[in-house]
Amino acid sequence: MSDSNTLLQKRQEEIVEEFAFFEDWMEKYEYLIELGKELSPMDESDRTDDNIIRGCQSRVWLAAKRSEEGLLEFRADSDAIITRGLVALVIRALDKLPAEVVSGADLWFVQRIGLDTHLSPTRANGLLAMVQQMKHYGIAFQAR
Amino acid sequence: MLNPAHIRSQFPILNREMNGCPLVYLDHAASSQKPVAVIEAQREYLMHLHANVHRGVHSLSQQATDAFEKARETVRRHLNAAHVEEIIWTAGATDAINLVSQSWGRTQIQAGDVILLTRMEHHANIVPWQMLAEERQARIEVVEINEKGELIETDFQEKLKLNPKLVAFTHVSNSMGTINDAKRWTAAAHAVGACVLIDGCQSVPHMEVDVLTLDCDFYVFSGHKTYGPTGIGVLYGKKDLLESMPPWRGGGEMIDVVSLEKGTTYAGLPHKFEAGTPHISGAIALGVALDWMRGVGLQSIGDHENTLGAEARHLLARVDGLRFIGTAEEKTGVVSFVVDGVHPYDIGTLLDPMGIAVRTGHHCTQPLMDYYGIPGTVRASFGAYNTLQEVDALAAGVERAVRMLR
Repeated sequence: MSDSNTLLQKRQEEIVEEFAFFEDWMEKYEYLIELGKELSPMDESDRTDDNIIRGCQSRVWLAAKRSEEGLLEFRADSDAIITRGLVALVIRALDKLPAEVVSGADLWFVQRIGLDTHLSPTRANGLLAMVQQMKHYGIAFQAR
Repeated sequence: MLNPAHIRSQFPILNREMNGCPLVYLDHAASSQKPVAVIEAQREYLMHLHANVHRGVHSLSQQATDAFEKARETVRRHLNAAHVEEIIWTAGATDAINLVSQSWGRTQIQAGDVILLTRMEHHANIVPWQMLAEERQARIEVVEINEKGELIETDFQEKLKLNPKLVAFTHVSNSMGTINDAKRWTAAAHAVGACVLIDGCQSVPHMEVDVLTLDCDFYVFSGHKTYGPTGIGVLYGKKDLLESMPPWRGGGEMIDVVSLEKGTTYAGLPHKFEAGTPHISGAIALGVALDWMRGVGLQSIGDHENTLGAEARHLLARVDGLRFIGTAEEKTGVVSFVVDGVHPYDIGTLLDPMGIAVRTGHHCTQPLMDYYGIPGTVRASFGAYNTLQEVDALAAGVERAVRMLR
């Protein structure tokens, strides 16, 4: 558990370091677009209405399962590429961690890299709801 | 001809920088910015004139009431309504439509009746009618549009054969800028005995509107899209019709005599529909906003916006894979578009750090987006204060964003 927590912190520090190189907003967005393009697309079979998280403008799909080692594995996708980039970052931070670490995760990296406005309810991009849903999965898998 | 530099100098907010760039505000259709005259009118009211209206014998209340009622007369003149009591203050256009659906609708719409809307309506001119239809077991029918975003005349004629009780349509489409031939549609609807409500949110800010010539039964618009404050809007209704309608909201202001024993009788028009203390400063400032528009010239404003829209379409047409949504023969300056393989949200997100404010999404017209099979559009909308330089910035910004996203 504490190892997993350390891992979560370490992943976030790495992301913050990567973003420290960028001088302005456009560079950050270019990187997010790159991440968005690299994120392997979800199988069509997983892009179901059950897995959809409705944002007002961009749609986000999220699926979760528990690996044999008991870790939570996430796959996600969005129809907007910048949202996909953000989705990729969140998955990078939370993927393959124990359910209890996911449910209690503090994603401080988002604010540190200046993208917290994208996690605000007014953004309506579905991202905030996705993070909440990931934590709900964390709680649900713990209960099993 | 309108002088953009002179106009801009009257809009303090346009001096703002956004994300280190000069603010390029192209979201007029969502809400317009306010000229100093409007800002000062609200301030002046609060500084020197505020008291509750229609209540006090004291001078301050009378002065506030005079200013408030003078603004009503300004609206009457602006719309060329026959009587000042045909102008009802509401909280906005949405509120005005709800007033009609709840007051006129609940007394006039019976089970099986048809309410005719169009494919291009804003949700505010759909949902109140759906709620009414559900309650009254009435039926909603829809006039469809063609690929250009124009109402299909033959479909309209066909749907009129269903003898709708009400035809409610937008004068100008908020998503596409299509100008509907409101006078002709109204006459056609009247010919089958239908009542007509027109949503004027996107017409009043851009053109001359004459309700007498249109001959519509109801006309609604909101203050904040027409250089005025938020929280104030207008319902125009024909006098006979308004008189026949029951009040919707109960409270102070709207009564004649209140008795716990004998029941309550209501005030006459327009106060019957204005329960509670109204948005006094908003109404006064809206009157000032309409006068400000007249000062600039409605025709000049419309012409200027059309010039900007035409230039925007000309420049944006160069972007590979860009497709305009809404190419009606008769339209306002609004420019709505999608780009193949690129989500509108991404374009809007990238324009934001360049200081360019556009609207992305479905613009509260989901049925219209369904017709085009798209999640939304990028929409640039213009007001009197926008410039050709801003249109250049938009086009350059969109080109840059699309290059990044592809």
